Amino acid sequence: MNKTDVLIIGAGPTGLFCAHQLGIIGLSCEIVDNLDKAGGQCIELYPDKPIYDIPAVPECTGEELTNNLLKQIKPFKVKFHLNERVEQLKKTDNRWHVKTSGGVEFDVAAIVIAGGVGSFEPRKFSVKECEKFEDNSLFYSIKDKSIFKDKTISIFGGGDSALDWAIELSNTSKVNLIHRRDGFSGAESSVQKVKELNDQGKLNLFTKYQMDSVNGDKNIESVKIKHDEGEIKEIKSDYVLGFFGLIMQLGPILDWGLSIDKKTVKVNTENFETNINGIFAIGDICSYPGKLKLILSGFHEGALAARGCFKYAKPDEKLRFEFTTTSKAAQERLGIKK
Amino acid sequence: MAKITYHTHDNKTHTIDVQNGLTVMEGAIQNDIPGIDADCGGGMACATCHVYVKEDWLDKLPNKEDGEEDMLDMAFEPKSNSRLSCQITVSDELDGLVVSIPSKQG
Repeated sequence: MNKTDVLIIGAGPTGLFCAHQLGIIGLSCEIVDNLDKAGGQCIELYPDKPIYDIPAVPECTGEELTNNLLKQIKPFKVKFHLNERVEQLKKTDNRWHVKTSGGVEFDVAAIVIAGGVGSFEPRKFSVKECEKFEDNSLFYSIKDKSIFKDKTISIFGGGDSALDWAIELSNTSKVNLIHRRDGFSGAESSVQKVKELNDQGKLNLFTKYQMDSVNGDKNIESVKIKHDEGEIKEIKSDYVLGFFGLIMQLGPILDWGLSIDKKTVKVNTENFETNINGIFAIGDICSYPGKLKLILSGFHEGALAARGCFKYAKPDEKLRFEFTTTSKAAQERLGIKK
Repeated sequence: MAKITYHTHDNKTHTIDVQNGLTVMEGAIQNDIPGIDADCGGGMACATCHVYVKEDWLDKLPNKEDGEEDMLDMAFEPKSNSRLSCQITVSDELDGLVVSIPSKQG
């Protein structure tokens, strides 16, 4: 059981800055995120794309912003729980008990949901029979590549994950790479490599094809793929891999009794608390009249939510407003030596 | 101002007036037309505002920018008439545009 003052759900910029604000006022926190790294949409959707509207930062990338925020909260030694999705929530007395998908448990005074537009989940095939084979002979991510040795693998997608795995697995497996168009979104060097391997007969590339059906009894035996112009090919396959990027889903948050409208959680603008006492929501996931989905708004919301958490974490103390420039306590928490 | 018609997956048709300068995605969101999620808010960073454009309108639309086709790779059942509705800005020329919304975005 991890006991801390506040649990932050979501390690995007808003969640990270909220951790900073909690640290400044002397509260401890831990952060859970479904991705394998901090940064949220900034790191998953646009790590290399520039952002121009962070106050006092004329230009930075999603990755730079994330790294700077991580640096800013370093003094607080915040514990991260990555690759974990919050599943269950229970209130006992004045504490919240939270459990994640991986069985990590928390005992906290307050919860801040900074979940963006939901947790990132792999985008799946639209062909219905695919569900039957999921995690058995059809995968959306690779955990153990040794199972593919000497097998026939059909990989769908045109981004970096599809290309990189096609190249890598072509060393030890028979690989078919299927993509819906001639162009690829992955790195140009990988595209060239795939084309070379195709020319050398070390990989079979099918472009302008999409999945039509999967066939097999317990395990996949073949897939049918359909060309833009209607022609259908059946290719033998032991395994099917789909790499279509990630989609965002609210997931279990929907079942917590929060007031939800159009995939967002309603909050008050005084401290960004939801309809449930002790649960706050900040960043893209919260809604209120005038809400702007900007990172800078998320920072503001996080600062107020952190102060809102104080009365739950330290009910017998009074929070005094202080500036970091002059507050001895804040500077001590930041580990500043004079 | 242009009249835009959205066919939704429940076989309903919604025809609405959308102001010039807004996108086809914004027209849907502001009028509560179901099926367009627009998770990223119009940044061409997701594919949840994916629509199928009626064939005879395809060449009247603004060209795809770099990146739109890449995002469409991630869309649910992309076809040759697929577009991201956040990338179609409404103008008088688009009066009468017809789009269909896929059965789901994820």
